Amino acid sequence: MGVRKAKHGFAWSIFFALLSAAWVFPILLVIVNSFKKKVYISRKPFEIPIGKMFVGFENYLRGIEKIQFFDALKNSLFITVCSVAVIILCTSMCAWYISRVKSPFSTGMYYLCLFSMIVPFQMVMFTLSKLANMLHLYNPVGIILVYLGFGAGLSVFMFCGFVRGIPLEIEEAAMIDGCTPIQTFFQVVFPILKPTCITVAILQAMWIWNDYLLPYLVLDIKRFKTVPIAIQYLRGGYGSVDMGAMMAMLVLAIIPIVVFYIFCQKYIIEGVVAGAVKG
Amino acid sequence: MQKSLKRYFPVFAFPTLAAFTIGFFIPFVMGIYLSFCKFTTVTDAKFIGIGNYLKILSDRTFLHSLWYTAAFTIVSMVLINVLAFTVAMLLTKGIQGTNAFRTVFFMPNLIGGIVLGYIWQLLLNGILANFQKTLTYNSAYGFWGLVVLMCWQQIGYMMIIYISGIQNVPGELIEAAKIDGARPAQILFHVTIPMVMPSITICTFLTLTNGFKLFDQNLALTNGEPSSMSELLALNIFNTFYGRTGYEGVGQAKAVIFFILVALIAIIQTRLTRTKEVQH
Repeated sequence: MGVRKAKHGFAWSIFFALLSAAWVFPILLVIVNSFKKKVYISRKPFEIPIGKMFVGFENYLRGIEKIQFFDALKNSLFITVCSVAVIILCTSMCAWYISRVKSPFSTGMYYLCLFSMIVPFQMVMFTLSKLANMLHLYNPVGIILVYLGFGAGLSVFMFCGFVRGIPLEIEEAAMIDGCTPIQTFFQVVFPILKPTCITVAILQAMWIWNDYLLPYLVLDIKRFKTVPIAIQYLRGGYGSVDMGAMMAMLVLAIIPIVVFYIFCQKYIIEGVVAGAVKG
Repeated sequence: MQKSLKRYFPVFAFPTLAAFTIGFFIPFVMGIYLSFCKFTTVTDAKFIGIGNYLKILSDRTFLHSLWYTAAFTIVSMVLINVLAFTVAMLLTKGIQGTNAFRTVFFMPNLIGGIVLGYIWQLLLNGILANFQKTLTYNSAYGFWGLVVLMCWQQIGYMMIIYISGIQNVPGELIEAAKIDGARPAQILFHVTIPMVMPSITICTFLTLTNGFKLFDQNLALTNGEPSSMSELLALNIFNTFYGRTGYEGVGQAKAVIFFILVALIAIIQTRLTRTKEVQH
């Protein structure tokens, strides 16, 4: 019995190993093609670039120059990191406030946040982009405010769910000992909220880093591109697409994410599970 | 404590409230109002009643994209959930290398929709080239291309959620069922599935709304071609807004209908599956 079971498990291991290989194949294909001369990419996508098909890093250099890839990367990093930090800070404070202060405002805010989670972006995209334009939010700093506003729903909701589980006595003790609400929040409540912070940070970072439409409509894209906008820009309006540059830029767009994933895998997967339970 | 905290409203609640008002509340309310107006920008709006909504009724691309989106959402939801659940069941049996497989399956989720769209465009067009076809040959190719892409992206995500659900099923329950002589299929349908119903609720919810709201992948993979035949609702709305001048009002009216549909689906779906959850 034991032997048979092991045999069985081994067969499954092989099955999943093959499936995993199939899973990464599309990405490998893009990497392979990024070293191929551009005219051969559409014609012979499945061939290994050797001989006259191989162009080294030529596609990379051309692509980086065409779309100013590193500027885009810088913008994406700045927007994602700052927005996530601002979202965590502001929404956790707000969630604590509306959970602890019982008033019509708190209840209203909570239900509005819940409601905003099911509103698709298309519903507000036109008015939001015009409003952001009027308020001069079309730069990487201004867009942080837009992300805070549009991302607040989910984060406030998740933080509220967690704050309710914190016993009130701890905070009251801190207040009696002479802490101001600000000290109480940062020295007592915020440390307890840390696991939720990680969950919220991961969900928001995945959204903001990959978001295309919101920055495309809000930002002044002649001056500020994010990575997804830069890649879409490569397709251009008319004429044939430079497939070589496209492949190279796709690879460069994937690398930072995969590196990040390898280092933070545990948190990412835990964050997704925790986020799903609350959502 | 409430009282002293209340005085700190400007510090704690105001920043989020202000951003929420600018980033969500005003655009939302204005969006509803503008769907009853004729306008090219927000300052020249003229109230025209339900004219925009009437125009939608005769818009064939919208009706087509509505059915196309509905079909796409249902097909991808069923496929993703069945496959993700199957993989999750297998990966909770202690197969060697489980962690590595999980890591690999989850990875596509971190890659953005635009990048994913171009990755699959290369692969699928490469395969179709053998038959002298491309993804934009007709809308069925775009449809199945998008389904494959979404399966590849989302199976890993849903699998993670199912795995945690399955691991939370108490072992005693399964043991008890085995001792009572239940066959594996009976255990699956009468013990495991009812016990992981909360995970099923979440996953069907996520796949439904993700499918219905899909935009980036659609834009990158086929961009709605040939002639808007592979356009999902979100892209159809976008093109109405920014593709034709004078149609902004119609675009906004479509967006309102889109919002109502998403809200209805979300509410009905949660009601339906919540009632099947086991209390314990």
